[in-house]
Amino acid sequence: MKRVDHAEASSRFIAAREHVEFHDKRLWDLRQKRDREAEAIPEWEELRTLASSIKEHTLSHLGDYLEQFERNAIANGMQVHWALDAAEHNQIVYQLLRSHGATVLVKSKSMLTDECEMRPFLETRGIQIIETDLGERIQQLDDEPPSHIVVPAVHKLRGDVAQVFSRTIGTDARKSDVPYLAESQRQHTRPYYLKAGAGMTGANFAVAETGSFVVCTNEGNADLSANLPKLHIASIGIEKLIPRLADLGVFVRMLSRSALGSPITQITSHFRAPRPGTEIHVVLVDNGRSERLGMDGFWRSLKCIRCGACMNTCPVYRRSGGLSYGATYSGPIGVIIDPTFNLRKYSALPFASTLNGSCTAVCPVKIDIHDQIYRWRQVIAERGQLPMVKQEAMRMAGKVLASPKLYRLAVKAAQAGLDHLPRSMIYNPLNAWGRQREVPKAPKQSFREWYLKHR
Amino acid sequence: MKIGLFIPCYVDAFFPEIGVATLELLERLGLAVHYPLDQTCCGQPLANSGCHADAAPVERLFARNFRKLDYVVTPSGSCAHHVRQHLTAIEQTPEVAKLRASTFELCEFLHDVLRVSEFPWAKFPHKVGLHIGCATLRGLGEASTSEIAGARHSKPLALLSAVKGVQVVKPARVDECCGFGGTFSVTEEPVSARMGQDKVRDHHGAGAEYIVTPDPSCLMHQKGCAERLALPLKFIHIAQVLNGARA
Repeated sequence: MKRVDHAEASSRFIAAREHVEFHDKRLWDLRQKRDREAEAIPEWEELRTLASSIKEHTLSHLGDYLEQFERNAIANGMQVHWALDAAEHNQIVYQLLRSHGATVLVKSKSMLTDECEMRPFLETRGIQIIETDLGERIQQLDDEPPSHIVVPAVHKLRGDVAQVFSRTIGTDARKSDVPYLAESQRQHTRPYYLKAGAGMTGANFAVAETGSFVVCTNEGNADLSANLPKLHIASIGIEKLIPRLADLGVFVRMLSRSALGSPITQITSHFRAPRPGTEIHVVLVDNGRSERLGMDGFWRSLKCIRCGACMNTCPVYRRSGGLSYGATYSGPIGVIIDPTFNLRKYSALPFASTLNGSCTAVCPVKIDIHDQIYRWRQVIAERGQLPMVKQEAMRMAGKVLASPKLYRLAVKAAQAGLDHLPRSMIYNPLNAWGRQREVPKAPKQSFREWYLKHR
Repeated sequence: MKIGLFIPCYVDAFFPEIGVATLELLERLGLAVHYPLDQTCCGQPLANSGCHADAAPVERLFARNFRKLDYVVTPSGSCAHHVRQHLTAIEQTPEVAKLRASTFELCEFLHDVLRVSEFPWAKFPHKVGLHIGCATLRGLGEASTSEIAGARHSKPLALLSAVKGVQVVKPARVDECCGFGGTFSVTEEPVSARMGQDKVRDHHGAGAEYIVTPDPSCLMHQKGCAERLALPLKFIHIAQVLNGARA
């Protein structure tokens, strides 16, 4: 499978000047709002520590908590299904829709269903799917995956959305004011809630103690999707478990503050039991999570609550856009999760980082993100997945730097090159450094040479 | 006290004046400084690329050059960070462990070990933007970061503030990465250059005449960006300012 070329994709993103500027500013704005919210809570850092330890405890007793959740959910009247992988998940959802005679599915945002590539699977089987989250809907209509896990269409300008909507739902292409666009999408989506035979949500948290799950949203679309049709399917990754309802407060306090810099989401819905005459089906999905849980040095990535704070703060993500990662999960969290799905395909992603560590510092559950990025590089090199050119360059550099004699020759050669070569030879297409940067001027002597003369 | 001076490869080759300032400053403070002549690199570029097998002989050479010293001091934060936190490609003997723990970036050595608070010989009457590289900032923890609320502190700023005439101006994004990132600067050139351009524009917008830094790799990258953009910014290592450079 072909390696995703993040650098090439990001050069295209950067070439669209207005877009990259807006994208960077918009997400930096979220980061600043997050800082203000965090500062307003004196115990913020304690909350992070607490959230991290609750998640680590849960993950190290995951089997027990999953079974407890299942028992309690069933006792509440919900039905629970287990999906080992994406294929099983999609099949379970399809069977549920078929057995209930549902051909239209309204759904709220779920990264998990993107991860499982559920939409194309169901569509080829005659199911019509309507994404009801505004950003997700924009992306669905434009036939693009979400570029951010919280704000899926953040890479688009208003004008882009106006174009997509005029092409697909018949809005006036000249009108790009936000209320008009949002209202148009709303009007277009509403009838589907009534037509749909089933509604689907994800979940932000599943509580073992109560057998209930929690969905945090801002648009109200998840509640319409869950409550209007007679069948509610909730796809939940097994890492979403928390032990007790009392633990929930820790996470709800941090989720939206970290994500959008708002104190809480507009709506925090608890689903515990189906209303009379309706059904709730929970699909618990593994899809590689158990395997990740067994990976030394990487299992803590499962603590993620999908707030996107690491993406908002990431200087690389803000300037390359989520689509440049070519994966369901982008930005820092994507960089450490994606290789578990396909090491070769995503082997360039851990190198799309400066290891600056800002992601780790904002993570509300204290995932050691940049340390994991560092570790992935080693795994990728050890498994022979570095590009050949880089592998050779490193081998040569290692030889030179391990030998004082070769090193001194190399210093001389570099200085002579910079000193004597004409500008056109230094700034050639092979010199990536020099495309947008000057190279340092060659000094008369190295430090070592100076030292030998003066000390 | 036996001090080893580690002048990383790219400083040796391209920025000897930073090495000279570091050595002179340490000598001015009364220290006997030993510069092992066979030194090359700490292995960081290889290890950061995942190539630990290639890094091992380089790390071994580093360990051999700097054994039997009380402290190793270097004017490059990311190199000190590599030695302290990531020099793991070779066997972790007690000698290696001791070497790693006693390797310091210049500012933290001055601030924490020597506890220097005055530089009477220094004067730098300029508006400066202070750039602390990410390995120095979040890796070595030399200053508080914008992500974590609470009391503000900064070792490089404390030192710089002791220099007469220095006026520190702050960019809007006080500690966003400048995009150097080692081999990232080449393999991810489009993003790296864009980050560098944004960084130097931010400093320029804040009114900085000079960017002062304990991190020569960030300096090399930002200087390259600023020169290409023809911004009137000058770059200088903090060792040079503390050692009394005038401009």
